[in-house]
Amino acid sequence: MKILVIEDDREAADYLKNAFAEAGHTADIARDGDSGFSMAETGSYDVFVIDRMLPRRDGLSIIAELRASGNDTPALILSALGEVDDRVTGLRAGGDDYLTKPYAFSELLARIEVLRRRAGSKDVETVYHVGDLELDRLSHTVRRAGQEIILQPREFRLLEYMMRHAGQVVTRTMLLENVWDYHFDPQTNVIDVHISRLRGKIEKGFEKPLLHTVRGAGYMLKD
Amino acid sequence: MARLLSILNTTAARLSALYLILFAVCATFLVIYMTSLSARMLVGQTREAINEEVRGLDRAYRRGGLPFLVRVIESRARQPGANLYLLADANGRILSGNVESLQPGVLDATGWTERPFTYSRFGEGEARLEPGMRDAEHKAVAVVFRLPNRIIVMVGRDLGEPEKFRTVMQRALVVTLAIMCAGALLIWYFVGRRALKRIDRVSEASRSIMGGDLNRRLPVSGAGDEFDRLSDNLNKMLDRIAALNEGLRQVSDNIAHDLKTPLTRLRNRAEAALAGKSETAEYRAALERTIAESDQLIRTFNAILMISRLEAGYSAEATSTIDLRAILADVVELYEPLAEEQGVALDAQLDGAVNLQGNRELIGQALSNIVDNAIKYSAGFGEKPAVQVLLDTGPNEIRLTVRDNGPGVPEADRRRVTERFVRLEESRTQPGSGLGLSLAKAVMTFHGGRLELADNAPGLAVTMVFPVEPSKRKSETVFKKRDASG
Repeated sequence: MKILVIEDDREAADYLKNAFAEAGHTADIARDGDSGFSMAETGSYDVFVIDRMLPRRDGLSIIAELRASGNDTPALILSALGEVDDRVTGLRAGGDDYLTKPYAFSELLARIEVLRRRAGSKDVETVYHVGDLELDRLSHTVRRAGQEIILQPREFRLLEYMMRHAGQVVTRTMLLENVWDYHFDPQTNVIDVHISRLRGKIEKGFEKPLLHTVRGAGYMLKD
Repeated sequence: MARLLSILNTTAARLSALYLILFAVCATFLVIYMTSLSARMLVGQTREAINEEVRGLDRAYRRGGLPFLVRVIESRARQPGANLYLLADANGRILSGNVESLQPGVLDATGWTERPFTYSRFGEGEARLEPGMRDAEHKAVAVVFRLPNRIIVMVGRDLGEPEKFRTVMQRALVVTLAIMCAGALLIWYFVGRRALKRIDRVSEASRSIMGGDLNRRLPVSGAGDEFDRLSDNLNKMLDRIAALNEGLRQVSDNIAHDLKTPLTRLRNRAEAALAGKSETAEYRAALERTIAESDQLIRTFNAILMISRLEAGYSAEATSTIDLRAILADVVELYEPLAEEQGVALDAQLDGAVNLQGNRELIGQALSNIVDNAIKYSAGFGEKPAVQVLLDTGPNEIRLTVRDNGPGVPEADRRRVTERFVRLEESRTQPGSGLGLSLAKAVMTFHGGRLELADNAPGLAVTMVFPVEPSKRKSETVFKKRDASG
């Protein structure tokens, strides 16, 4: 995946470039708003990672102008401002996701991979498959190896989200945001308990584990 | 001198001067008007008295001819304070009466004299006459007529009284004006000086506050006047600033204390990992713990920032109409598996929407902090650990209560636990930043409500109290702020 990082802090930018390289992605760096905008306009990238406060030009206006000119490459906003309505302004300007500094790289990576995948979206699919697990979004049924599994509504949404992003790391905050629609940081392991409950339902009696814990990052559903 | 100038250069002084001029003009006008009115009236009376006299003399003349008239005149003229009487022949030679001399020409015309004239009486002229002064001459008005035998009769009256009256009135005017000026100056000086003094005290106090004596307040005299109201408002402003300042100071203290400790731990761990001849696996473990600890640090840091912003009231967090019951349901649903895993019975009423103005994210976070605490502390305590979430709607407030039957919090500590970073010693072993309740309290303050801690016997009951028609004021402020910035 080719990523454009617009970030004025040299060390942070270099760290991101290396970390993305290690994760198997290429990242180009722009250090100010103007050069960032021209690179975003001319280059072909899968995802933009844009700092909100940049020299010469702020991140939100870059996204807004890109969107206005028809460029809809997914963009993730990095910001030191973490208030709820800062997030709302960011997303309203055309950003696709918002991450508050300081952040864990694993969180950033997980979110970017989800964003990239959104471009080739699975939203149109009505039935998701992971291994022998099958989720029907229309009839709200879940089967594994043909055997129906009864889930609570929230468990269904949790599994639906994980299956849509099968093969990708999803973090606890991503789950809280997308399944519960709250943006705060859960204090304790509330999400873990939900996951282990779900795991109990979809894995109990089956030999092969599907729901994997990724240490230091989150979870991944994969065959 | 400079002080006097500064007094003159005050609003009080200017107002005093204006009033002084206005009153002086009015008083002068009043005195002059009254004087002239009274003088005219006195002259009228004089003429009336003379006319009466003339009628009497006329009767005497008709009854007894000239000799009787002369007798009457002479007897009247001798009475004390008598009118002026004069009998003269056709050549103006004085025959009888009490007038010794008079301004020439008075006797030439008959009828009323046109204007007051000077004269002198018998008997007093010589005695009083002093060189250069014609003190003996008085002013008088008179009527002159001729008898058929060309004898001239003049009856007059001294104008001493009206003149004296005029003098008295003039003197009164001068005295009044003098007193007014003196009074105005006095009032001006005292009022001006008093006001100046109070302003000086306020300036002095503000200078010392600026100089760093932040606990000093502006003097309030207790008179309840506009100075007091101003000082009072400024004091409230200072209190608010002091509170913010205190908050800031606490934050920096807490950052220093509670963030330094884990940072030091973090550093020590990294150092220890480097120093030892460790296996890769041990490096990994050390790094993973380092990351976990940094995450906790970030979380703490975010919470501190959020509390500060909420408490400062500087927050553009928007509010909207939200369903408190839905938030309750969300949070209970989120924590239900955790509670079950911990062996805590989590119970809540989930029916009926309760709408209010608020911020869903903030309330959700506050409630989840409280529920999190309740589960954390009641778990493993007692026979049947249980947490109940209750929602009461009253006419004035909406109460969202989380009760647990854990160890509770002693009454003396209840206030302390909502302060930042305070965790009671016995619970230091539990994970958490110690900011959960502080954040909840800040969220409640933001919503115009409050956080109440009570004994649940056993356990703790934490209540989020929302005012009905909540934070209308708050949302207006937010709206205004938006308006101003846009």
